[in-house]
Amino acid sequence: MAIKTQPVTVNLGPQHPSTHGVFRMRVMFDGEEIVDVEPIFGYLHRGSEKLAEERTYTQIVTLTDRMDYVSSMLNNQAYILAVEKLAGIEPSPRGVWLRMIASELQRIASHLVATGFLLQDLGALGTPLIYAMRERENILDLFEMICGARITNSYLRPGGVFMDAPEEFWPALERGLDDIVSTIDELEEYLSGNEIVFSRTKGTAVLSPELLINASITGPMLRASGVDWDLRHRAPYDYYGRITFERKLHTASDNYARYWVRVQEARESVKIIRQCIEQIEPGPVRPSFDDVPRLLRPPAGDAYAAIEGSKGELGFYLVSDGGISPYRMHVRASSLINLTLLRDMLIGGQFGDLFVTFGSVDLNMGEVDR
Amino acid sequence: MIGLGLRRGFVVTFKNFLRPAVTEQYPDRHVGLVGAAKEAGMNPFQFLVKKPGDSLKAIAGLATVPVAVEQSPRFRGNEFTFFEDRCTACASCAKYCPLGIIEIVSVPGKIDAQEGESYKLEVFDIDIGRCMFCGLCVEACPYDALHMGSQFERSKYVRDELIITKEELFDAEKRPSSWYRPQFEENTFDPFKETIVDHHDAGRHERPSDEDLKKKWVDER
Ligand code: SF4
Ligand code: SF4
Repeated sequence: MAIKTQPVTVNLGPQHPSTHGVFRMRVMFDGEEIVDVEPIFGYLHRGSEKLAEERTYTQIVTLTDRMDYVSSMLNNQAYILAVEKLAGIEPSPRGVWLRMIASELQRIASHLVATGFLLQDLGALGTPLIYAMRERENILDLFEMICGARITNSYLRPGGVFMDAPEEFWPALERGLDDIVSTIDELEEYLSGNEIVFSRTKGTAVLSPELLINASITGPMLRASGVDWDLRHRAPYDYYGRITFERKLHTASDNYARYWVRVQEARESVKIIRQCIEQIEPGPVRPSFDDVPRLLRPPAGDAYAAIEGSKGELGFYLVSDGGISPYRMHVRASSLINLTLLRDMLIGGQFGDLFVTFGSVDLNMGEVDR
Repeated sequence: MIGLGLRRGFVVTFKNFLRPAVTEQYPDRHVGLVGAAKEAGMNPFQFLVKKPGDSLKAIAGLATVPVAVEQSPRFRGNEFTFFEDRCTACASCAKYCPLGIIEIVSVPGKIDAQEGESYKLEVFDIDIGRCMFCGLCVEACPYDALHMGSQFERSKYVRDELIITKEELFDAEKRPSSWYRPQFEENTFDPFKETIVDHHDAGRHERPSDEDLKKKWVDER
């Protein structure tokens, strides 16, 4: 006689240790199988877009730090690019190189966090997460050296960065890059061949490239399905046009592929930073205050600038009415858009894969809710 | 072979097991006998003889020494450093703060025939409980009067105590962070070792000589 089961609705979150922030899911299970998922978010809404409407263009940099708080440098960069486009500012070359170095470091840190937490969700309690965090700590130390803060950096300013890196930064950066490479080697050594990781992540939550493109998913999730879409290559911003790097693609589009793409991208970021160090030239890090005043008044109009963030395309849309603060700011938050396929990924899957899949999307609730 | 990957993983874990620990113990670090003796400035044998009680404690693993956390000189900490003699009460900092938490009230001060008109600071309050240490106020200060501090231990039981007033700022130890102050970096000033006593040393221009200081700018005109 077959045992009959009855669908049960379970509320996960909003304060569940596995949900990376305050995220709530209403999941309907039939036995172990997931029948329906309803994501509920908005618990971390701080109204950043509205707050931006009454702050000056420089002050908003501090707001962007707090959107995706594991990759604040990337948020800074996307926002600053939008302001520069809006106000027609020509950035200083050295400032651009510095902010590229900073944002690539931030990308590595963000991917390390994503990988560490993915493994935490797999049940590898602690150890891999601590290894990833240990490396991230070194990157945060570098950030403290250049901008005095570890997470809420506010390092970038319209036209470049606010201050040149101190002298002791460069040797520390070289050391840090070597450390990062050895950590990634180590990570791959114990994970990429690990049978438990394989059996838990391979073939789970598979998404077709068509679906991903239709849902406007970007970033490592898209590249894990074999679609070659990286804004650093497709629409080079800053000086990415002068940098060569490999775009790592995987075709499986499952949880393992997403993990693999992140780890490989971190490796590529190290190469990008090395090229930046070679090409950086001395000079001012930002235009003088005569060219770019502290109180910017961009002409009326609008601008959209997007970068390849750690989670996907991160874009800022700014509308100016000629005043000292934007008339409207909108953020194309990659985490929020990547979240929209959660239902397709989970339905039909097993309960045990729920948090693994959730971790492989690499969400940041600060960015989802803003 | 199945299981090989797992074994490789254990090798990595074992290697890490043998690596030196990176965790910082804060605010105190547990030390053994050697560490405790070093802290007291003796060699372990002297320490054993002179302080048998403390040595026993150290051997039992109970001795602790305070830890100074390694920070970069640019660290944006709290307890702002403020040089009242440099401040002109222009309120640029208050205008530039994204949160508007700096309160400045100034009144026209005495009109000095020698120095011209000056403004007197009545109130200079920073509500540090809401401050996010972005440092924009420091960036805005045109006279290098306000600097970020380098400390981070300022927890209080009452919110109101987090408002630092003018007097507190005046009396505080001057350990400015070198954030947005290249002049400190050029002089390789380390806020964790030294303090700045004289407000003339905090400026971005060369320190005026004593004769220059005595000269009144009115005379030069
Ligand atoms: S550090 Fe930032 S938030 Fe704090 S007082 Fe200065 S400008 Fe305001
Ligand atoms: S601290 Fe600086 S910016 Fe603030 S009032 Fe004084 S001189 Fe002006």
